[in-house]
Amino acid sequence: MEKSIIIAGFGGQGVMVAGQLLCYTACETTDRYVTFFPSYGAEMRGGTANCYVVISDEPVGAPKVSRADYLVVLNDPSLERFRDAVVPGGTVFVNSSVVTHDIGRTDINVVKVDAGAIAYELGNPKVLNLVIVGAIIGYTDLLPAENVLQTAFKKLGAKRPEMNPINEAAFRRGLEIGKSARSGE
Amino acid sequence: MADRVFMKGSEAIAEAAVRAGCRFFAGYPITPQNEVPEYFARRMPQVGGVFLQGESEVASANMTYGAAAAGVRAMTSSSSCGISLKSEAISWMAGARLPVVIANFQRGGPGIGTIQPSQQDYFQATKASGNGGFEMLVLSPSTLQEAVDMTAEAFELADRYSNPVLLLLDGFTGTMMEPVSLPEPLSEERIAAIRASKTWAATGKRGGAQHKVMCGPGLDTRLSQQAMNREAAAMYAKWREEECDCEEFMLEDAEVVVTAYGISGRIAKSAVKLLRAEGIRAGLIRPRRVHPFPAKVYDSLDFSRIRGIVCAEMSIPAQFATDVEAVVHGRTAFAYALSSGGDILDRSEIMEAARGLMRD
Repeated sequence: MEKSIIIAGFGGQGVMVAGQLLCYTACETTDRYVTFFPSYGAEMRGGTANCYVVISDEPVGAPKVSRADYLVVLNDPSLERFRDAVVPGGTVFVNSSVVTHDIGRTDINVVKVDAGAIAYELGNPKVLNLVIVGAIIGYTDLLPAENVLQTAFKKLGAKRPEMNPINEAAFRRGLEIGKSARSGE
Repeated sequence: MADRVFMKGSEAIAEAAVRAGCRFFAGYPITPQNEVPEYFARRMPQVGGVFLQGESEVASANMTYGAAAAGVRAMTSSSSCGISLKSEAISWMAGARLPVVIANFQRGGPGIGTIQPSQQDYFQATKASGNGGFEMLVLSPSTLQEAVDMTAEAFELADRYSNPVLLLLDGFTGTMMEPVSLPEPLSEERIAAIRASKTWAATGKRGGAQHKVMCGPGLDTRLSQQAMNREAAAMYAKWREEECDCEEFMLEDAEVVVTAYGISGRIAKSAVKLLRAEGIRAGLIRPRRVHPFPAKVYDSLDFSRIRGIVCAEMSIPAQFATDVEAVVHGRTAFAYALSSGGDILDRSEIMEAARGLMRD
C-alpha cells in the first residue's frame, strides 16, 4: 500500500514539522519506505509553504506527486493551489479555523478540523500542526498513533520538553476528530 | 528500523563523503545544494578536515584541485551553471589525473535556468565537462541509499584511476529526505594510509614520484602530451569493458522497455511495476553509471520480441535518450516521457507512453 500526502499552508504554520513528524515515525518505528519533499525554495514570506510525504510498503517512486491521496490545507491560498491535487475518493483535511473558501469538489471527502481554535484553546497557537497530524492519524491509521506521539516527544521534546504535555493534548484532540470523521462516513 | 536514519539527500551525501575519508571540501553557494557546504562547514572541524567557502566557483574548484594534488581525499559540489564555472578546473584535474569527487545537483538550464530540479546536464556530464576531450566516471543514484553508497564508491574509483569522478544528481535528490543506512567511517589509520600511498602527492618534502601539477604552457613536448592522452584513452576504453553499472529489472520476457537514470530511474521502476500489474510485460534498464554508457545491455535486447523503448528523463530536449537511440539504431520504436524546468516526471506519463507502444 502506498499513500501520498500534501501538506500546504503558509510559512510558520508548522507545515514542514507536520510532514517530517509523519516521516520520522515511519522511518524510526516501522520498516516502511518513506520520502519527504519540501517546497519552499523561492516562496515569499507569507506565501505558501508545502511538503510532500509518501509512505509505502514498496520502494517509493516519485517523492513529489501530482495528485495525492490526502491533502491538508491550512489556509485559503493552499486550497486554491492544491484543490485539484487530490485523487477522486481522496480526502482533504481543512484547517476550518481560517479556511473560508468552498472546497468546490464533490468527489473527495472533507474532514474539517478547527485546528487553529483548538491550539489557541490549549494555550499555544503553534500546536496547530499537532492537531492536524492527530486528525490525519485518527482518520487514516497511516501510522500507529502512539508511535507518532513518542516520535513527537523524541523530536520536538528534545529541545522543548516543556511542550510535551500540550503537544500530546493537541495530538489527542486531533486524533478524536479524525476518528469520529471516519466513523461518520 | 534501528540502523535507519531519516536524512536530507545533500546532508547524507556530505556525511557519506566524510565517512569515506574526505577531509577537504571547498564550495560556493548555489541552490539547490547549499546544505552540502553548510553540512561540511559544521562537520569538517569535528574530524580535523578543512571546509572552505571560496570567493567563487572557480576558486573553490581550484582549491579542491590543490588539496587533491597534496594527496587528500577532496570534494567540491555545485549545481549546473555553477558546474560550468568549475569546468575549467575539472579539465585541469583530468589533465593532471587528480582524484577528486565532484557533485552536480542539476537544476534548470541552459544559462541560469531555474532553481528547480532537472536532468539537463547529461551531455555536459558525459560528453564534454571541459576542454580537452577527457572523460570521467559518472555515477547517478536513484535513491538516497544509492547516493550514500555511490559517494563512498566515487572516492574509491577516483583513487583507483587517479581521475575526477562525477556524481550526477539533481535538485530532488539534494532536497528530499529518505531513510538511509550509513557505512562505518574509515579509520584515521586507513585515511592516513590512503594518503601515504599517493607517492606523487605534493607534501612539501623532497623525494617521491612526480607531482601531479600542471604548470606553464602545459606539457613540455607534443610527445608527452600524446603519451598522456594515449594512456588516458586506454583507461577510458577499459572502463567501457569493466566499469559499466546498470540495473536490469524484469527484462526476461519484456515487450516494452522503460529506461531512465537518476531520480527518473526510481519513477520509471515504479511505473514498470504498475504496468506489470495491468498485464503489460514491461521491463526496466536503469544505468547506475551513465558514463561509461552500458551499451551492451541495450544492444543485447531481444528486438524480435520488444515492441518499443520508453526513454524517461527530466530534460527537454531529450539527451540520455540519444545514447540509447545510438545503440538501438532503429531496431525498435521509441517513445518519450520528458519534463523540464522543475516538474518531476509523472509516472502516469511513462505508463501512457508504454501503453502507446503496445497499441502501435
